[in-house]
Amino acid sequence: MRTETIFEPHSILLAEDSAQDAELIIEALAESQLSHWVTRVKDGVEALEYLRCEGQYVQRRAGHPAVVLLDIKMPRMDGLEVLQSMRSSPKLKLVPVVMLTSSREKQDLIRSYELGSNAYLVKPVKFTEFVMAVQQLAAFWTQLNTLPLDGCIKP
Amino acid sequence: MSELKTILLAEDNPQDAELILNALIDSRLANQVTHVKDGVEALEYLRCEGKYLNRRVDHPAVVVLDIKMPRMDGIDTLRAIRSDPALKLIPVVMLTSSREEQDLIRCNELGSNAYVVKPMRFGDFVEAVKQLGVFWAILNAPPPPR
Repeated sequence: MRTETIFEPHSILLAEDSAQDAELIIEALAESQLSHWVTRVKDGVEALEYLRCEGQYVQRRAGHPAVVLLDIKMPRMDGLEVLQSMRSSPKLKLVPVVMLTSSREKQDLIRSYELGSNAYLVKPVKFTEFVMAVQQLAAFWTQLNTLPLDGCIKP
Repeated sequence: MSELKTILLAEDNPQDAELILNALIDSRLANQVTHVKDGVEALEYLRCEGKYLNRRVDHPAVVVLDIKMPRMDGIDTLRAIRSDPALKLIPVVMLTSSREEQDLIRCNELGSNAYVVKPMRFGDFVEAVKQLGVFWAILNAPPPPR
C-alpha cells in the first residue's frame, strides 16, 4: 500500500497570526535545533497555499511537514477551517495537525477533535512553560511520531 | 500545570509493560496508569464493563495501544473506539514494534492520533515513553467529558 502523502520528516508548518507568539515559538524551536525547519505563515489561507504548493509557494520543494501547528483565531481563515479543509483533501488528510491556541473553549476543543486534529495544546500563560511545551511538542512530533516511510524525503 | 490525567496502556508483553510503567513512574505519571493485557480488556475498561463495572466513569487522557495482542489486536481496538460514539474522540497512540508500512497507514486512516515505534535500545525506549507520557498526559488537552 502506498500513500499519496510525501513528508519532510523534520519540517514544521506554523500558522500563527500573532507576531509575538510566533517569535516565541520559533525561539523555543531554535533551542531544539529545529528553527530552520520551521515555516511560519500568518493565516489559514497562506497555510493551505503552502501545503498545496500554490501562490507564493508554487516553487517550494514538495513535501509535507511532519506536523502543522494551527492557531485557532486567525484572519481570513481560522485554524478550524484549515483543519477541516486538510482532512477533506486526499493528499493532506494524513498530515498530523496540532492545534496550538490560547482558546480553552470547550466548543473549540470538541470541534477540533471531531474534525480530526491529532492533538490540542493550550498555550501556557507563563513564558518558561510555553517554551518547554513547544519543545516537548516538537520533540514528540518530529522525532517520535512515525510517518509513512515510503513517502519520506530524506532530510 | 493542570492535574495529572490517566493513561490506559494495552500491552500483552510483560517485559515491555514493566519497562513502560517504570518509565512513566520516572515521569511521575505512574499512579495514573491502568495496564490491560489485550484489546478486549481495553474496551471493557473504556466501557466500564466486566471487572471494570464499578470504576469511576471518566475517560483516560490517552489510550496507548500495542498492535500485536491476543484476543483483540490494537488495530481492531482502535476501530472499535472510533466507531463507538461514546469513545470516538479519545486520543489513541499506537506504541508498537511494527514498522510495517501497512500497519502505519491503516492506523492513520482509522484515526490514531500518533504512531510510535518502540525503539530497540533500552535507553531510547525509556526516553520515548517519557516523552510520550509528558506530551499526552500533561500537555495535550483531551476532549472534555460530554
